[in-house]
Amino acid sequence: MTAAIEVENLRCEFRVHTGLMSAEKRVVAVDDVTFSVPAGSVLGIVGESGCGKSTLARLILGLLKPTGGGVLVDGKRLFDLDRKARARLIQPVFQDPFASLNPRRRIKDIVALPLAAQGTFSRAEIERRVGNILERVGLSAAMGERMPAQLSGGQRQRAAIARALVLEPRIVICDEPTSALDVSVQAQILNLLADLRRDLGLTYLFISHNLAVVEHVASEVAVMYLGRFVERNETDALFRTPRHPYTQALLQSVLTPEPGKGVPDIGLGDVMPDPSNIPPGCRFNPRCRIAVERCRHETPAPMVRQPRGMVECHLA
Amino acid sequence: MSALLEVEELQVSFGGRTAAVRGASFRVEKGETHCLVGESGCGKSVTALAVMSLLARGGQRSAKRMRFAGTDLMSLSDREMVRLRGNRIAMIFQEPMTSLNPAFTIGSQMAEVMTRHKGGTRAAALDRAAELMGRVGITAPGMRLGQFPHQLSGGLRQRVMIAMALMCDPELLIADEPTTALDVTVQAQILRLLAGLKRELGLSILLITHDLGIVARVADHVSVMYAGEVVERAPTAELFRAPQHPYTRGLLSCVPVPGRVQRDRPLGSIPGVVPAIGPGFAGCAFRSRCAHADETCTRTIPRRRAANAHDYLCRLEPDWAELQPA
Repeated sequence: MTAAIEVENLRCEFRVHTGLMSAEKRVVAVDDVTFSVPAGSVLGIVGESGCGKSTLARLILGLLKPTGGGVLVDGKRLFDLDRKARARLIQPVFQDPFASLNPRRRIKDIVALPLAAQGTFSRAEIERRVGNILERVGLSAAMGERMPAQLSGGQRQRAAIARALVLEPRIVICDEPTSALDVSVQAQILNLLADLRRDLGLTYLFISHNLAVVEHVASEVAVMYLGRFVERNETDALFRTPRHPYTQALLQSVLTPEPGKGVPDIGLGDVMPDPSNIPPGCRFNPRCRIAVERCRHETPAPMVRQPRGMVECHLA
Repeated sequence: MSALLEVEELQVSFGGRTAAVRGASFRVEKGETHCLVGESGCGKSVTALAVMSLLARGGQRSAKRMRFAGTDLMSLSDREMVRLRGNRIAMIFQEPMTSLNPAFTIGSQMAEVMTRHKGGTRAAALDRAAELMGRVGITAPGMRLGQFPHQLSGGLRQRVMIAMALMCDPELLIADEPTTALDVTVQAQILRLLAGLKRELGLSILLITHDLGIVARVADHVSVMYAGEVVERAPTAELFRAPQHPYTRGLLSCVPVPGRVQRDRPLGSIPGVVPAIGPGFAGCAFRSRCAHADETCTRTIPRRRAANAHDYLCRLEPDWAELQPA
């Protein structure tokens, strides 16, 4: 399988001033992340808030400049391309469809904007493509005439998906696309995304904190912790035999609708991860149940476990 | 069992135009967790606010009966309600940052609850605050009392809110989406904490959530709300084993269950959206999205009994599973 997207040693640092007298702090939001996604598949990225998953999305979209490393899309170096070329290859769908749609424009104008911005499409061509894509995502022509505020959350997210797909990109970055939606609507949107991927041969990067959703949509899953992928594997393998203690805790914390099981004790403790103060050794060791002395001073190297599996843990 | 909170045929409207709650009835028994579950706009939060007499301006409530520990809540004056709130009935909300005052330390906000309702010295109130912070799993409470809300993580802030809610030994805790803003790992810790408090302090909890996973794991009884009505009520195990209302069944089919995922098959979903309901709406509010609706659904819908303490609002007889969509 050819890779639709290849990310190599991607790194992103921020400098933050915490106060007048205190020294400048360095926050490593994305720390040397390497992966590739085969064309037509879905890589799910999971992790807690602040783990760097959205920063990673912004880097790959070209919205942030990396400190180091690169991204290849279709074999082209993404950071060498101009904005228009980038927009034809890769498009985002964000969490809150209300915040990401201009409230003062009609839906069909919002969806047409990426085409108009290219400057190469005739008005008739734009109209034809917008009409097609609105129909494809399940919005009627009448919906296209409305303003975002007149649509429900699910319809707005359909409009955001239409805008992402109108340029026929190869890759779509979905950053928490259903987190703001009700479950009944979430299911509609997930089903739509699955249909579109199959029919249009799209590749998704699917970022979510909801493991059940990721298990449903992803072919491969990466678990991110403090800026690094600490485990990556094919979805079934990862959910069946999670190797990293952090992955195990994440999976345990999912509350499946099974009455009588109670709330699990995941034993992660109260120490919240702080990207400006990454602990020496294994970055997960302060919250790890099974950490030993070695974990506190020796950084674990990525270990390849299965053909496509990887884990960073001394004890896995 | 005796009911700590009884709500019968609660109606809430705003400006006479929007009917937010349309005859909701439920009971919270002593020492149990009762979940109000439903999607956004179903009226679950408004129901809680109506119980607390905290409706936004223009909100009007009426009820056939609304009693807390034998007291008629509808007849209480504002002043009497103030004495009850934060004291015998405590609340926690979704986003702890907006419920805490950013300009005051944790300690002074916690102490105020105690001195306001129970009197006593500030020092005694601070001691109680420190003790409760330990109880909810906050390490180094002495240091935390002197800190401001922004210095704490989301999980810690929610623990502070819970500790604050416990200051006056409430009998009922109303928790509105208490873990929705938190990471799954922190959510599990907070829900474990609430379950422990219920067990050890005999606290009754009215938990409002949209998450069926949470319902399954913490509730004793469940009321499913749709468009301002309680469409199904049942003990938790019973609801998940034999859901009766088409909406409940639809909702359950929408939830992907880890380990039981069939990736090549679409998830269940409920077509359409929640209709706008004005005053004078008659019949079943779910009928426009229901595969089983017929012309009788525009008339008054019977409340049917499926089992002990399990009833639902639908024209269909119990255990209609074999029925094919109309």
